[in-house]
Amino acid sequence: MPVETAVPAPEQPGSASRSFLNRLRSGDEVAHFTTLMFATAVILIVVLLVVELYRNSAESQSKFGWAFLSSSKWDPVAGAFGALPFIYGTVFTSAVALLISVPLGLGAAIFLSELAPPRVSDALIFVIELLAAVPSVIYGLLGIFVLVPLLRDPIEPFLARTFGFLPLFQGPAYGVGFLAAGLILAIMVVPFIISLSRESLLAVPREQREAALALGATRWEATWQVVVPYARLGVIGSVFLALARALGETMAVTMVIGNAPQISFSLFASGYSIAAIVASEFTEATTNLHSSALIELGLVLFFLTIIINGLARLLVLSTQRRGTTNP
Amino acid sequence: MGSQRNTFVTEFKFLFADNGDVSIMKQTCVAGAVAFALIMAGCNSASNSANAKLENKIRINGAGATFPNPIYAKWFDEYHKLHPHVEINYQSQGSGAGIRQLLAGTVDFGASDMPMTDQQLSQAKFAVLHFPTVLGAVVATYNIPGVTQELNFTSGALAGIMLGKIKKWNDKELTRSNPGVTMPANDIVVVHRSEGSGTTFVWTDYLSKVSPEWKSKVGTGASVSWPAGLGAKGNEGVSGLVKQTPYSIGYVELVYAIQNQMPFGKVRNASGAFVKADLTSVTAAAASAKVPEDFRVSITNPPGKEAYPIASFTWLLIPEKIPDADKENTLKDFLKWMLVDGQKMTQALSYAPLPSEMVAKETAAIPKIQ
Repeated sequence: MPVETAVPAPEQPGSASRSFLNRLRSGDEVAHFTTLMFATAVILIVVLLVVELYRNSAESQSKFGWAFLSSSKWDPVAGAFGALPFIYGTVFTSAVALLISVPLGLGAAIFLSELAPPRVSDALIFVIELLAAVPSVIYGLLGIFVLVPLLRDPIEPFLARTFGFLPLFQGPAYGVGFLAAGLILAIMVVPFIISLSRESLLAVPREQREAALALGATRWEATWQVVVPYARLGVIGSVFLALARALGETMAVTMVIGNAPQISFSLFASGYSIAAIVASEFTEATTNLHSSALIELGLVLFFLTIIINGLARLLVLSTQRRGTTNP
Repeated sequence: MGSQRNTFVTEFKFLFADNGDVSIMKQTCVAGAVAFALIMAGCNSASNSANAKLENKIRINGAGATFPNPIYAKWFDEYHKLHPHVEINYQSQGSGAGIRQLLAGTVDFGASDMPMTDQQLSQAKFAVLHFPTVLGAVVATYNIPGVTQELNFTSGALAGIMLGKIKKWNDKELTRSNPGVTMPANDIVVVHRSEGSGTTFVWTDYLSKVSPEWKSKVGTGASVSWPAGLGAKGNEGVSGLVKQTPYSIGYVELVYAIQNQMPFGKVRNASGAFVKADLTSVTAAAASAKVPEDFRVSITNPPGKEAYPIASFTWLLIPEKIPDADKENTLKDFLKWMLVDGQKMTQALSYAPLPSEMVAKETAAIPKIQ
């Protein structure tokens, strides 16, 4: 705060301000140095995390090499470990979650930013942000006691009867599985999409809307053809952040996914995710190879998330640039 | 009033002479009412004798199995009440974590639902002693609409179901041991633990002993590669999924099944009798098993007639050499206390106590700690 108020100081003339300026400059440097240290500390934590994950998974890396990523055998007793079913489960459930949550989230964001009266919008946003604060284990319980029984009967049998010709909807309906995990994740990430998309929709300049309306567009045409494309990058950024969150979700997923390391194209089948197996097996991993394989899975998840976070960051940055350079 | 106050101050000086809190107490005393001072004095004189001992406080850290955590917490708390200068801190992080932390030297003792393997012991930098503390058992719980009777399971039935070879409830292996029960023709849904756990270890250890096919295909472990079924997290996850899913079967800890009044079947033991798991039949399993010198023994499928076959010890893992004499003596004393007084507290928490022969053997083994 003192740094901000001090900015106009150099413009003041006079000899007395000279020493003041010097003091300020030294203060600036202190502030610069301190904040730099904080920023470096954050980077350092990330670097340390990678280094530690890498070092502690050495045994599994040397034993399996790159085959770790492509093998689908996970047998702690025999000491054979492969990450593929977990990578598949993580990506598949996240994709299902996004397929459900993106239309839902974007639709809600459009309503809240464009159509709803401000008072309604504020009240709803409050509730939506509350949703984001609910601990994931609560969502997991919701999944076990409400969602899974509903899926087992009647939703999954209905889907199987109606769309049973698709491989996506085949196999016995246990309730738990990819669909349950995807749905729970969708519920969990929807608040992020709504909240961030609404922000970027609100950031669209008024003139854009007025110009569209002046050209004879209806309200919906102005929203869908002008406002949403204008805010597109922000919306995509919100989706990527939601995806990153879905990829790393542990508790709620492990409670409903069925926890079977297998690769199946059916939504009804059980699977496993990276975060879920690490949380499940790490405490009881007694052999070094087992724990090192779990740590390597952590490394895999870390890179998956880093790539996605990086993409989201880039997208968000480019929206901001657009917003300021082409008003 | 003034003289009265002084008396109290003197009294407090006397009481707190050994820990130098006089100035603070003086203030409290001057400010406080007579009644308050009396209460304070009462409290402090009670804990005063303990204060003297607190100077050489002994803190012992342990970590490991989650299954015995309730009884361990009770024991460490009771032991602390008897010996206020001893604080035993136990973190229930899982057996694997317990073994790893013990070997890394970050805790004074470990605890595990499975004995350490020869390989682990040979890799350890120091010798580790195993002390069984209580017994646990694993039961098969099921949910078959229309069947209210208690089912009998043979070892072949359990192994077949878990391997995914017995697919329907009206399989011959099941109907033969359950005369008079109309078994439905529905598919069996197997539910197992998803996370690594001592419960899974005991369950798979039993299956490995009774089924050569299980032994070669799956084996024994806290986490295994399951040939069939759904994984659920924790005893609560398995029981929840079994309760919800018609025609399902799963396995849970006996304590958990008793406390949640879940139905569970009898299992045929090695001598051919169908035995229901309870504290007596579990203790009987331990009594009928041959226990080696180092107590590292699996007691699943024991020969005894009354023995429930899917039971196991849970162990405290203690280094043979403890450099700190205080810690060494305290741990020894705790073990002695646990084997006598501690065992009396087990049944209230639904744990099966050790049979008396085991207590005698373990008492004899305590001096091994040096």
